[in-house]
Amino acid sequence: MNQLPTTDPSFLSPYRVLDLTDEQGYMCAKILGGLGAEVIKIEPPGGDEGRRVGPFIDDQPDPNRSLFWMALNVNKKSITLDLKTDEGQKIFRRLVESADFVIESFHPGDLDKLGLGYADLGSINPAIVMTSITPYGQDGPYKDFHASDIVCWAGSGYMWLCGIMGRAPLRISIPQAYLHGGAEAALGSMVAFWHRQKTGEGQHVDVSITESAMWSCLTAHAAWDMNREILQRQGVFRAYGAYKIRFMYPCKDGYVIFLLLGGHIGARGQKALAQWMDREGMSDEFLRNFEWDSFDASTYNDEMARKLEPFFERFFVTKKKDELFKAALKMQFLLAPVNTIQDLCEDAHLAARDFWVDIDHPEINARLTYPGAPFKSNRVSWSLDRRAPLVGEHNLTIYGSELGFSESEIRTLLRKRVI
Amino acid sequence: MERCLIFEGVKVADFSTSVVGPAAARVLADYGATVVKVESQTHADALRVTAPYMGRKPGVNRSGFFNNYNAGKYSLSLNMRLPRALEIAKRLVQWSDVVIETFRPGVMKKWGLHYEELLKIKPDIIMISSTMLGQSGPYSVYKGFGQHGAALAGWGTTLAYPDDDAVAPFSAYTDYIGTRYVAIAVVAALEYRRRTGKGQYIDSSQVESSIDFLATAVLDYRANKRLPQRQANRDPYAAPHGAYRCRGEDRWCVIAVSTDEEWRKFCGVIGHPLWTSDPKFTTLSARKKHEYELDRLVEIWTVKHTPEEIVTVMQKAGIAAAVVANAKELAEDPQLLHRKHYEVLEHSEIGPHSYENFAFRLSKTPGAPRKAAPCLGEHNAQVCTEILGLSDEEFVQLLTEGVFE
Repeated sequence: MNQLPTTDPSFLSPYRVLDLTDEQGYMCAKILGGLGAEVIKIEPPGGDEGRRVGPFIDDQPDPNRSLFWMALNVNKKSITLDLKTDEGQKIFRRLVESADFVIESFHPGDLDKLGLGYADLGSINPAIVMTSITPYGQDGPYKDFHASDIVCWAGSGYMWLCGIMGRAPLRISIPQAYLHGGAEAALGSMVAFWHRQKTGEGQHVDVSITESAMWSCLTAHAAWDMNREILQRQGVFRAYGAYKIRFMYPCKDGYVIFLLLGGHIGARGQKALAQWMDREGMSDEFLRNFEWDSFDASTYNDEMARKLEPFFERFFVTKKKDELFKAALKMQFLLAPVNTIQDLCEDAHLAARDFWVDIDHPEINARLTYPGAPFKSNRVSWSLDRRAPLVGEHNLTIYGSELGFSESEIRTLLRKRVI
Repeated sequence: MERCLIFEGVKVADFSTSVVGPAAARVLADYGATVVKVESQTHADALRVTAPYMGRKPGVNRSGFFNNYNAGKYSLSLNMRLPRALEIAKRLVQWSDVVIETFRPGVMKKWGLHYEELLKIKPDIIMISSTMLGQSGPYSVYKGFGQHGAALAGWGTTLAYPDDDAVAPFSAYTDYIGTRYVAIAVVAALEYRRRTGKGQYIDSSQVESSIDFLATAVLDYRANKRLPQRQANRDPYAAPHGAYRCRGEDRWCVIAVSTDEEWRKFCGVIGHPLWTSDPKFTTLSARKKHEYELDRLVEIWTVKHTPEEIVTVMQKAGIAAAVVANAKELAEDPQLLHRKHYEVLEHSEIGPHSYENFAFRLSKTPGAPRKAAPCLGEHNAQVCTEILGLSDEEFVQLLTEGVFE
């Protein structure tokens, strides 16, 4: 194990991650990189498949212009290496000797066939933390199943819960399942790393993407386990048992999320909102006299919904979401704007917190603004300052300066397409 | 192999409520940390009073929602309005390595439990505050529920039928992204302290943690000024791709066909009906162009079969497919049972019920929920005497003063 100075700038800066993943696992090493580890993305000669996935900058398809690839491989280094060749495997084993993490998303068993499974890598470097990210995990009856984003969502139970009854279940349009798998993998890797730092013992971390996505199902399992109740997709409603309440409303320039709530959590805000509606002539005797203090949302029923919800429907469409949110902050009623991606990019709060990070892409004359740190520390900065690498950008540094190959040897490796 | 609990000796004072903080702290508990959850009888964790309840009977110890994220913790109930309760809270901080809290910014300060104050009690403390929007900035005081968080973080319009209003993703979607980053931050901070001897303060915004899951869409907007389209279950690189109605009531499967080779296999599976050789469908770009028609034709085949039958033949042919599973099906799912996703634990008030595991498995030092969630205030005496070292007399004195109410 490396001996470390005590004035290190980041959580993981003395440590190295070898990232063998395809899109199923990009997020894991991205997070470890954010924590300060040196991440070396190992791409097949010719470049990673994910570089061919759009969208592209200015819609020009080009392996160095994929925004999908850039978003998830920012801050990594890149070397090319063909793990299917003997020479490639030999070089990889040398890299494993001094590495701290190996992250991979091959089909279960494929790395073992190449002599690069955990059994092999653990004997080269007993302290290595090796993390495998696959749709269903390393073993079990589904381990060889073919999957994709929508397949993982369907298998997680989350898709069942999204959409409207009578119509097809929905997935989130922007692929998410692999990101859940990757983030879960980063967490599992860190837990394993804690043990290794204390004891010197590495191990294999087995992550299932589908199982990772299950967390989003909230109480679906508990409702089944406790009461044999199957939660249904609810569209714009929030429902438990007989209780069903609308939470999404159109407004003048989009949508807002709004929950009717009384009692000690909700009454004060609700009264202030009702008074505001009254001042604008959008109330009547019924709403004016409504008892918010004793209103218990759990007794809510269809009859109350028919009486109450139309007031808010009519009022919200006269207001913009920003106007409603500012009022919600002041009056403390439970409303939030449904932000679009554009709203996020222009959001005053995120800007005030210096959330966004500009990164230069000199090769394509671009400067892009990326999502910044997922959390802020008073001591350690999140590492995010270098664009995603070009294909094999760090071949010379790693193969030359570090592993000691001469320039002509590197040329030979390139010619033989080992790297 | 004897189970080695790798966070054994790590002590957590968990002042958090709802999903993000409690679930993150549960990771540590699963792997051996001692986690004391601090609550109050008058302001119990909101999840304690949220359904589902065992047998549909409400009660602060009966919620499956709460229990799932609080397995293996000790519960200490403190009435924070009393100075003596604050003293106990401070003693707990002195004992702990990590403090997690999720109050509205300013609440911990009001109690004298903010980071600067905790540093005086425990100079190398790791403190993490997790809220919807972080500790600073114009909207930091905002407090909402999970649906509000998902909307603020940009998910509100990512789920929609192309011909209809947006419907919002189910549940507290971004809570589960936030949870992982809070847990990662805590483990990273523990490692940093092990290496440097220094604690730290972490400000976690659930919204900021979650935006990275939309990074591609953010960059697409920045670079190309394009916003995500309402494409329901469509995918730019696959067709057929979506959820298809199957035989039975409200039964669905998903099928994803990307390459032309997969398309040929798919046609074989459904028995080469004539339409599959129509040039409208022979290439991916042609299939994308005629996707509405394609989906209708695929569904004419799928409605004749159960989703299980379809998934079996598709998987056998090498095509990605799955049953759109509900909670009942998942409770019996052979893959999840193989991975021991569920652990049935004996709860002291409601008896045995099922807890869910995280999605990673460690080969040498496995972890899992080990004890059921605590009843509210269940461990007041144990925490005060065994952990904080109070005498029995001191505990009884505090009890009579109402410190634990």
